[in-house]
Amino acid sequence: MAKTDIIIHDKKDNVGVIVIEKVTKGQDCGCWIMEDDTSSKVKSESEIPLGHKIALQDLKEGDTIIKYGHDIGKVVKSIKKGDHVHVHNVKTKKW
Amino acid sequence: MQIPKSFLGFKRENGRAGTRNHVIILPVDDISNACAEAVANNIKGTIALPHSYGRLQFGADLELHFRTMIGTGRNPNVAAVIVIGIEPKWTKRIVDAIAKTGKPVEGFSIEGVGDIDTIAKVSKKAQEFSMWASEKQREECPISDLWISVKCGESDTTSGLASNPTVGNLMDKLEPLGVHLCFGETSELTGAENVCSKRGKTKEAQDKFMKTWNSYNDFILKEATNDLSESQPTAGNIAGGLTTIEEKAFGNFQKIGSRQFVDVLEPAEEPSKGKGLYFMDTSSAAAECVTLQAAGGFNIHLFPTGQGNIIGNPIEPVIKLTANPLTAKTMSEHIDLDVSKILSREMNLDQAGDELIKSTIKVANGRLTCAEALGHKEFVMTKLYRSA
Repeated sequence: MAKTDIIIHDKKDNVGVIVIEKVTKGQDCGCWIMEDDTSSKVKSESEIPLGHKIALQDLKEGDTIIKYGHDIGKVVKSIKKGDHVHVHNVKTKKW
Repeated sequence: MQIPKSFLGFKRENGRAGTRNHVIILPVDDISNACAEAVANNIKGTIALPHSYGRLQFGADLELHFRTMIGTGRNPNVAAVIVIGIEPKWTKRIVDAIAKTGKPVEGFSIEGVGDIDTIAKVSKKAQEFSMWASEKQREECPISDLWISVKCGESDTTSGLASNPTVGNLMDKLEPLGVHLCFGETSELTGAENVCSKRGKTKEAQDKFMKTWNSYNDFILKEATNDLSESQPTAGNIAGGLTTIEEKAFGNFQKIGSRQFVDVLEPAEEPSKGKGLYFMDTSSAAAECVTLQAAGGFNIHLFPTGQGNIIGNPIEPVIKLTANPLTAKTMSEHIDLDVSKILSREMNLDQAGDELIKSTIKVANGRLTCAEALGHKEFVMTKLYRSA
């Protein structure tokens, strides 16, 4: 079994969660998709700590972040595949 | 895994089954706490349930107080009940409603008697109840006699990743066997409210959920002094990687797996539409939420935690699970089940769900939870507004 650095909840998600202490810039990360127990890979573009999210595809301003297969907010600053996804580039749609 | 078809519980007069066999001394109001605690101190095998309210409440707030008192007494984990109030009228109302279950219950009032003579009188009755209850034996009960409530606390990203989905996996496996299930936390579903409402089995249940959530949200908007993005998610949530309230809500929502709810319950309301999953309108504060669910008749509780919430309840055993490897290590005396191996892929959700079912059956059969062994008995009334 490949080492898992990132867990993805749902096949539809465009972000995954780091489950090791941190991933470093340029690291080839192993991803596990929980929904169907499959694997994939993504290359990290920055250092990202445990519990934080990584982009699984390029995203532009106004795009929707999907996690758990659901809308969890909007992109407010463009994001490249492998970037850290957090409060600096994503905001709630709630208020 | 072959799911056990039964557990060893205490059969009650009304057909329900308990996972515990408590004799409780229930004060109607704050000023009767001293008397209740003195009796519980005198008579072994009884527990007092002191709390802070019960005087000069009115309207919906008073009705909730009665519902919580009555529901706590009616819970099948309780074998027999002593009710003590300052005056006889409210005491009798609670006694009469508990008596409908057929279990032994007796009320006492302090006014005109004083604490000391009341304690003597009540102690004699409490001794009788305690010795009577001690003869009760556990018997084989179908698994459908489990009424399981859930609530998470001190959540972090590991909650949404693993410990909450583990509870969801258990729900998916046990609901078809006819158990009752209950989730709550109205406030912490904000952001997932539309998706949650669609999980209602009927249009009526869906509308009832939205009405309940909207009423909560209107209250928040009325009381809020600034943009809530400063407090939801919290600074701690953000440091842990949670970005938006929606993300937090969907993490919370993992606890119900792929189930649909049959009805929406008022706080402390007993389900009346048969087996299946119910949503109860509750606060997201742990002790308040579990107290309401126990009063709704739930007899075993599952509590996933991230950073390590330590809550317990006097009558409903609270089973804690965590997927945070650090919490599992540093707070091990509080954690009944460690599912952190999901994160390292040494365990999958299906296996974690099975482990949680095993833990649930063990506790239903009588194994003490960590919270019980550590003496956690948080009994916290929900207050809707200030008293008269």
